[in-house]
Amino acid sequence: METLELKNLYDDFRDGETIKAYAKIIAEDAAELERPINIMEVCGGHTHTIMKFGLPQLMPENINFIHGPGCPVCIMPKERIDHAYVLAMQPDVILVTLGDMIKVPGSNGSLQDARSKGADVRFVYSPMECLKIAEENPDKTVIFFAIGFETTTPMTAVLLDQVIKQKVPNILFHINHVTVPEVMKELIDSRDIHVDSYNNKIDAFLGPSHVSVISGAKIYEAFPRDYGRPVVVSGFEPVDVMEGISMIVKQFVEKRCELEVQYKRVVTYEGNLNSQKLMNTYFDKVSLFRWRGLGNVPDSGLKLKEAFADYDAEVVYKDVLPIAEIEDHKLCICGDILRGMAKPPECTIFGTACKPTTPIGSCMVSSEGACAAYYKYGNLI
Amino acid sequence: MCLSIPSKVVRISEDKTMCTVDTMGVQRDANLMMMDDDDVKVGDYVLLHIGFVMNKIDEEEALASIDTYKEILELMDEEQRRQTILDDDNCAERGSI
Repeated sequence: METLELKNLYDDFRDGETIKAYAKIIAEDAAELERPINIMEVCGGHTHTIMKFGLPQLMPENINFIHGPGCPVCIMPKERIDHAYVLAMQPDVILVTLGDMIKVPGSNGSLQDARSKGADVRFVYSPMECLKIAEENPDKTVIFFAIGFETTTPMTAVLLDQVIKQKVPNILFHINHVTVPEVMKELIDSRDIHVDSYNNKIDAFLGPSHVSVISGAKIYEAFPRDYGRPVVVSGFEPVDVMEGISMIVKQFVEKRCELEVQYKRVVTYEGNLNSQKLMNTYFDKVSLFRWRGLGNVPDSGLKLKEAFADYDAEVVYKDVLPIAEIEDHKLCICGDILRGMAKPPECTIFGTACKPTTPIGSCMVSSEGACAAYYKYGNLI
Repeated sequence: MCLSIPSKVVRISEDKTMCTVDTMGVQRDANLMMMDDDDVKVGDYVLLHIGFVMNKIDEEEALASIDTYKEILELMDEEQRRQTILDDDNCAERGSI
């Protein structure tokens, strides 16, 4: 009997011949489409794969990728980065965060700048490293600046769970977790000047897969049912993405509008119930969370429940945290890019004033941002 | 932030909160607290994210995906073969020979 080996998972899901074979199937099916279709990949991980493997080049003319707001670093508004900066500059604080967050400029500078001014800012691979940092620094307060979608929220919940169980006295949380279905609804629902264009732009979604590993495919039910947008939850490997696109195109050809899962090897309909329980124990929805470039999105953010206010840095440091909202740079079109209204090269400062080494907009800061992906793999466009 | 590199579980701690996984020959520790007790066993393939096991990789589904890809390739080969024969039949130069 054939058994699964790591080699299968690495090689086969990146196999060039398979990718080309899928491209052929997609082209054949797309020839039957009555109109071009725009597929939004919501997740920055998908954007990265699509650009890295040059998938747009393999698409027929009537299949177009548009890039969504699925990069947790890209969507962080400046005022939240300013919170992190102010917290980092407090005496006896160690500010801990994940990923590229450390490079994103706020209005006073980035966390990297705070570090150069003497603040103790640390980047960790896993939130659980906070426990060790707190233990090694009993006289300091460790503040975990928590970012990410449903994918990383349960990790923050596990950390808080351990902080409470182990009675760790010196870890606080600054919560910036956001949720995917709400922002997807916003992209279709928005009732501002863009509304007509949106409704013409997004025809289908390539569903974020790691979010669905946690929350289950069920969170996308409303999109085919209420919004007429098919969703196919796909994995991150290039073959997965190609199969996901093929499944979307087939739905249009066969005039179906459904929620389907391509990434069945990890995603279930119900998701990771244990993680969902943990999240429900510690988090509540916030009525409005301001997304960088997108503005306020109803019910799209999370906060610690009131019962855990003692662990909430936003409560503990309330008096020093700025409350002003800060507008984006006027030449930056990250907002339009995150809404699928524009592509990075359409921005006047793309690749000139705004580069990965000197990012002005957040889509350029994170390696998962659409601008950074276009910049890095630009020769493939 | 999204990496989808699969890993094989090679050891589980006594209290079942941590495991050691092998990812492309590199061993590292991962947290099991997002999973229910006894959900993950040694030999299972898992998906990791920022130091946590997010879920198991369903072996049957993974193999089924790989089989689907192989089927497509085989079909494509067949299609290519068919196309070659058709092209040959339709060869414009044939009549001139």
